Amino acid sequence: MRSRIVLVQVLVTCLFCVLLGRLWQVQVVDGDRYARAASADHVRHVVVPAVRGRIVDDHGRPLARNRTAMAVSVDRTVLARLPDGGRDVLRRLASLLGVSRRELAARTRLCDAKPKKGCWAGSPYRPIPVAEAVDERIAMRIVERADRFPGVVAELQPVRDHPQGETAAHVIGYVAPDDRSNVATAPVGRDGLEAAYEADLRGTPGSRELVVDSAGRVVRTLRERPAEPGATLVTSIDSRVQRATERALEKAVRSARKRGRVADSAAAVVLEARTGRVVALANLPGYDPSVWVGGIDPKVYARLVDERRGSPLLSRAIQGQWAPASTWKVTSVAAAVREGRPLTGSYDCPGSYRVGDRDFRNYGGVGYGRMDLRRALEVSCDTIFYRFAYEMWREKPKGHPMVSMARAFGFGAKTGVDLPGESAGYLPRGDWDAPGHAANFSIGQGEVLVTPLQLARAYAALANGGTLFSPRVGKRVVAADGKVLREITPPVAGRLPVGRKTLAYIRQGLSDVTRTGTAAAAFAGYPLDKHPIAGKTGTAEVFGKQDTSWFASFDRRHVVVVMVAQGGNGGETAAPAARDIWSAIHRVEEK
Amino acid sequence: MIRRLRALDPLLCLPAAALCAAGVVLVWSSTRSAIDDTGAYLTRQILYGLAGLAVMVALAGVDRWSLRAWGLPAYVIGCLGLAAVLTPLGVTVNGSRSWLNLAGLQFQPSEPAKLALVLALASLLGTASDDEPPGRPGHAAARLPAALGLAAVPLGLVMLQPDLGTALIMAAITAGMLVVAGTPWRWIALLAALAAGAAGLAWWLRLLKPHQVQRLLVFADPSADPQGVGYNALQALETVGSGGLFGQGLFRGDQTGGRFVPEQHTDFIFTVAGEELGFAGAALLLLLLWAVLWRGLRIAMRAASPYERLVAGGIVCWLAAQSAINVGMVLGLAPIVGVPLPLLSYGGSSTLTCLAAAGILMSIRHDPRDALPVAPDVRIRS
Repeated sequence: MRSRIVLVQVLVTCLFCVLLGRLWQVQVVDGDRYARAASADHVRHVVVPAVRGRIVDDHGRPLARNRTAMAVSVDRTVLARLPDGGRDVLRRLASLLGVSRRELAARTRLCDAKPKKGCWAGSPYRPIPVAEAVDERIAMRIVERADRFPGVVAELQPVRDHPQGETAAHVIGYVAPDDRSNVATAPVGRDGLEAAYEADLRGTPGSRELVVDSAGRVVRTLRERPAEPGATLVTSIDSRVQRATERALEKAVRSARKRGRVADSAAAVVLEARTGRVVALANLPGYDPSVWVGGIDPKVYARLVDERRGSPLLSRAIQGQWAPASTWKVTSVAAAVREGRPLTGSYDCPGSYRVGDRDFRNYGGVGYGRMDLRRALEVSCDTIFYRFAYEMWREKPKGHPMVSMARAFGFGAKTGVDLPGESAGYLPRGDWDAPGHAANFSIGQGEVLVTPLQLARAYAALANGGTLFSPRVGKRVVAADGKVLREITPPVAGRLPVGRKTLAYIRQGLSDVTRTGTAAAAFAGYPLDKHPIAGKTGTAEVFGKQDTSWFASFDRRHVVVVMVAQGGNGGETAAPAARDIWSAIHRVEEK
Repeated sequence: MIRRLRALDPLLCLPAAALCAAGVVLVWSSTRSAIDDTGAYLTRQILYGLAGLAVMVALAGVDRWSLRAWGLPAYVIGCLGLAAVLTPLGVTVNGSRSWLNLAGLQFQPSEPAKLALVLALASLLGTASDDEPPGRPGHAAARLPAALGLAAVPLGLVMLQPDLGTALIMAAITAGMLVVAGTPWRWIALLAALAAGAAGLAWWLRLLKPHQVQRLLVFADPSADPQGVGYNALQALETVGSGGLFGQGLFRGDQTGGRFVPEQHTDFIFTVAGEELGFAGAALLLLLLWAVLWRGLRIAMRAASPYERLVAGGIVCWLAAQSAINVGMVLGLAPIVGVPLPLLSYGGSSTLTCLAAAGILMSIRHDPRDALPVAPDVRIRS
């Protein structure tokens, strides 16, 4: 019997040795692996969103900033513990917020392997935002009746605020949740400066490591890294000029419509001629950027991109393209001089000129007799340019010199402005079979298309002596603590292959346009002696539509380009708008 | 009273009391963030421990003649208790009808039933003698069927609850006591073969409840069902593993604090030690358990009579099997069957019964001063 006891003794001891060995294996040998698995169970990483940087104008006036608004979120873990799973609370909340119960239920559902529309892709341990920028009175009803809304939180949250309303809406752009990411993050810039300077504005989100229990409730904070706020973007936009530009477009469109024009859209660009910075960039129709706050209503979005409503979301100044008409003639003059036509020569301006087998006529068919190139620009004679184009076509049939000059002026390529979605415009290859195309091209008709910004930077090059800039809206990036992180200088995109004398001559020719030329009526009474302004009108024919009205103008410091689609004559619609903008730039008191 | 205190065996008493105290602390830690009545578990476990220690002291002074007289009554009462569980008096917890509700007090009759089985088997097997001629009722071999029949009643009642864990422990007690009683190996081999056959038959006839089958399947592959039964096994391993060598510190384990291990204060109390005290603390607890068992076996070795030797041996077999199965299931060496860890797990029935067993071991301890001159003992001791 005793030997049996000894046997039990050995057995028990062996058993405990096995247990000890296994304990060593689990805790010491494989301890790290199990510890990692355990911390994956009980440690949650939560992203602390960073406060987005501001966008301010040249004088520090905010264009986009943050304001706090009441946001309503739903905590799933609390709802899940209610007897009915929170259905009753969601029903009450839906009727309070004025949304459908089904939509609210969908938004608070977690995305699983098969994500449903509107489901919550973020952390299940974070309250799910169901409404942002909620009216304060509604939010207060949730706060005051917390017993009726368990698990519903109404708290202050930063949302984008545009203190100047519609001003520069297209330039600023907008922020919206990033739908490419399947993890819920702070809204990202999706258009305009918000998108172009996303990396600067975004800031660095912080993180928090929370220890949670098996029910998902937070027990304590393990580690915390605070978020770094985004940097402020200082732009070269002068919001005073910007507002004046927008008002000028509205006024021009209004009066054009009174004259029977369609005038369905308009755009204007103000550049600093010598630096290539954008001072103002306006589009009509515009929209109120506050529609983006708190998530855009799909119906509102549909209106913003509806063509019949003029696609208000479109930034026509950089995305729209039209034939430049007579504003184009500066490139044609430059090409003609480069091809050996005497700068100060005298040319005949008949009422019509035969190119190949077709007669090309002046505007209105009027002949002006012999004149120099200055006068040709001033009165906008077409036939002189038809002749140039036809002769060049015969001399160089494979590459028309006017096309290569236009390319040197930056047309047919994106300007590289710091705004997304820019159009390149269109330039033909210049190896036409028929000379009529060349003739049309010489006066900015036919196959050529430009954006208002392209035209503006070409005129800036003309004004500044030949430097072609890649325009910039952003001027500098300033950290939240005031330290300048980065100065932004518009890069030089090229130099005009045009002599100093030629440029001076063209400038001189254009300076008479506002005094005695096609824009004289628009600038009647303007103190041109004090503030000389040069410019060129353009009236582009569009098949099936009314004429596009252009006015491109500049003085020593600024360039103002105005385009009114279906606005009629350049001198009649665009030039007066440009005059209003110039009044704002020069601070001229208008009666 | 003095006589009773003198009867206490320090080498058994100290590790047992230390385990009880450790159990109280671990129960406290595992229920520190309980949603309902925090602290109630701690208070109750302290009361159970104190009551158990009182029972232990009381039983330590019992003389061997009284002890022998209790065998049969304990067995009958134990079986009645197990039968009562199956009547409307019983309460179902976690799928098993293991609890008896008496005047608001809940207890598990299956816990004292283990001790009763030990006493009953000892009275049956301890009075047998190899000196009797074979075929006579007094001969050891003749007592084997009787012993199996004796064990079958409580075992069957427990299986009806169903409580696979307790059934296994009872089977281990029976097997262990048959070995200690000196049953010839060929009989034991035959029994083992029969048991294996019966287990196979039970599996084949699907006599086990689905949740029991699930537990056994999960044991084979813990990641098979990470949300269900496997969750418990996986969480237990992660919790123990994250303790490392020296643990996260008492009351500082995040797995324990976050209540990731279900039934942590009862069957999975060892995970608390693993996470918060590390290998150092958990191994110390295992050593203390081993010390209790070792001491029990020393007592068995020196027992004055075969009956007492069998009681001591049976108690050791019971506690050893229960400790090994409990720790084994926590460490992924055994399937998840619900058995508490002796002296450490939360629960009145278990704590009281284990300490009572310790008291009985002490009462068996051969005190040299009232020793009968038993020659073999003297030989062993020298």
